[in-house]
Amino acid sequence: MVDLVAQPADLVLRGDNTMARYQNIFTQVQLRSAHEMGIALPVGDEDRSGGTTFNHWAGIIGQAQIGPIYLGWLGVASLLCGFLAFEIIGLNMLASVNWDPIQFVRQLPWLALEPPGPQYGFTPFVPLAEGGWWILAGMMLTASVLLWWVRTYRRARALGMGTHVAWAFLAAIWLFLVLGVIRPGFMGTWAEAVPFGIFPHLDWTAAFSIRYGNLFYNPFHALSIAFLYGSTLLFAMHGATILAVGRYGGEREIEQITDRGTASERAALFWRWTMGFNATMESIHRWAWWFAVLTTLTGGIGILLTGTVVDNWYLWAQEHGYAPSYPDSGIADPAGLGSIVE
Amino acid sequence: MTLHGNLTRRRLPLAALAVLAGSATLAGCEVAPKVSQQNGYRGTGMDQIYISDSEIRDEVPAPPYELPPPGGQSAGEVYENVQVLSNVSVDEFNYLMAAITEWVAPEEGCAYCHNPANMASDEIYTKTVARSMIQMTQSANNNWSDHVGATGVTCWTCHRGNNIPEAVWTLPGEPQRGIVGNRNGQNEPVSNTAYSSLPQYAVARYLLGEVEPEDIRVVSTTMHPTPANTITTMETESSYALMMHMSDSLGVNCTYCHNSQSFSAWNISTPPRATAWHGIRMVRNLNGSYITPLQSIFPDNRLGPMGDPYKVNCTTCHQGQNKPMGGVQMVADYPALQSPPQSGWRPSQAAMDMIMGPAADDTQNGVEATD
Repeated sequence: MVDLVAQPADLVLRGDNTMARYQNIFTQVQLRSAHEMGIALPVGDEDRSGGTTFNHWAGIIGQAQIGPIYLGWLGVASLLCGFLAFEIIGLNMLASVNWDPIQFVRQLPWLALEPPGPQYGFTPFVPLAEGGWWILAGMMLTASVLLWWVRTYRRARALGMGTHVAWAFLAAIWLFLVLGVIRPGFMGTWAEAVPFGIFPHLDWTAAFSIRYGNLFYNPFHALSIAFLYGSTLLFAMHGATILAVGRYGGEREIEQITDRGTASERAALFWRWTMGFNATMESIHRWAWWFAVLTTLTGGIGILLTGTVVDNWYLWAQEHGYAPSYPDSGIADPAGLGSIVE
Repeated sequence: MTLHGNLTRRRLPLAALAVLAGSATLAGCEVAPKVSQQNGYRGTGMDQIYISDSEIRDEVPAPPYELPPPGGQSAGEVYENVQVLSNVSVDEFNYLMAAITEWVAPEEGCAYCHNPANMASDEIYTKTVARSMIQMTQSANNNWSDHVGATGVTCWTCHRGNNIPEAVWTLPGEPQRGIVGNRNGQNEPVSNTAYSSLPQYAVARYLLGEVEPEDIRVVSTTMHPTPANTITTMETESSYALMMHMSDSLGVNCTYCHNSQSFSAWNISTPPRATAWHGIRMVRNLNGSYITPLQSIFPDNRLGPMGDPYKVNCTTCHQGQNKPMGGVQMVADYPALQSPPQSGWRPSQAAMDMIMGPAADDTQNGVEATD
């Protein structure tokens, strides 16, 4: 095993040699051997399928061996539903530019498949051209995502793993479903749901904040942002730390934990000496997992409370001493309706 | 097992080169010099960044000659069939006609509106349009000083030497029934929505007066939901679209008028928000009272796909500047455009005469009879 690791001849730090050198900008070692076909599958499972090959470019950024893949009936059903959703959305957009492929490409960022308007409430029975296609696409996409979720759970179990990936994925699905169906259900109208489309979904996001009095005063939105930014920070810290000790084989994390002077110990000491505390090889991943999961978990709660419990987050934040008050600019409402914060 | 790849050490690429390339890429965004101006309480992001050039006052056409002194015979006494400027002195009338020619039809000259053989004739439709436009200008200067201030407007403010102002709009086509060619009244880059994917028909409704201007207000005045406000996020996009249009037209961002802490709260907004409030109502009035009534006057090639005339929005005057033409007070040289519209002639009446038949064709008596 040791032979497989890129081992610089000089493990001793020598200033002049170690400064302008970056050894792991991509994977420097690629294996070529008999294909690894994986452990035996439980009775009743489909076979793993697909050809097996080595790819040099895949080896640069990861594992050089491509395949086999376990698709199974869950994977097939998920891809089928996902394909249908993709087609419904794409063909609706293409139809909106009179089936003109050139305009489709030119205007793609503007094109959309819009949810039903407020006149339809939350009924699932909407004429296809007036939002019915949106409901169908949403149903297909939801089915696809949920089937893929079951797949991540079952594949993890089949490998004897924990199901952390599945639960993290479910946290993202939670936010997706809150935006697309759970909150519109509570609000009683599809017109609260997000359109499919590049600019249209971004415009929805801004309009949502405008309508509900500034989403930045929604404390769950604030938590979600904190976890999102925290996730990127943790990812950067962890990624940088492991790459920085790559010269000592730092990517072989677990087997190094008990030894002195290893990559693992240097990585830990770096943070303890830098900021007084260090995560461990195991706990750093717990940190990262929870930050990522809490991003969408808190985000979904914040969205769900908007319009259902709180209709104007600015007023809510003023009421709870959460938003600062600034000096009055002395501008009166010309309509004589009075300012909303009077 | 064999090993592929190599273990040679790679020198770090010249970091300086990468930084340089990165900066060069970013610099491509906007090279124009800018000025920034604080317009609200410190630390609240109340700051406007302008491209320096946009603050420079435009070079505008000088008056055709020195403004004639007041007095003397009125235009209505000297010329036949003068409808909307009959009280103006004949000298100032000629002076104004010369200016309007330069502002609106510098290439075509007088013949753009007049039959050179009979200047009094109304046979060319542009003359009737011009009457309505003169009244519109007078109305803007007299009734909408909350928006146009002392700066006022002239024909040039919109026309800038063009027969038709560069920024005008018409109603989008008939709403489609199927999905083919159906954009849902949005998702199309047009100027009324600042080239966003926001709804354009909604902006038309605000600027035409089809909906109450108070409908622009979408934010609740209560902390918790009440039946008083059931506006959906989808409907909010209409209001948002109008705001983006205004932002794009004036070359400013949201904080020119609003404190983004709360878009709806007036007591943390800036003075221009009140100016804009009157501006929205002014545009609705100009479109509704002076342009839409001309629908039957215009030939087909001057109408949009829905058969409606080219109308005004914020861009028509502002054209990317928070003060049109950098705030030049052109109207000071044209007292006739500052006086209130004369009673007696209305664009709706002219349109009615045209529909009702031969009387309107009689250039001597048709419209004059209503004076």
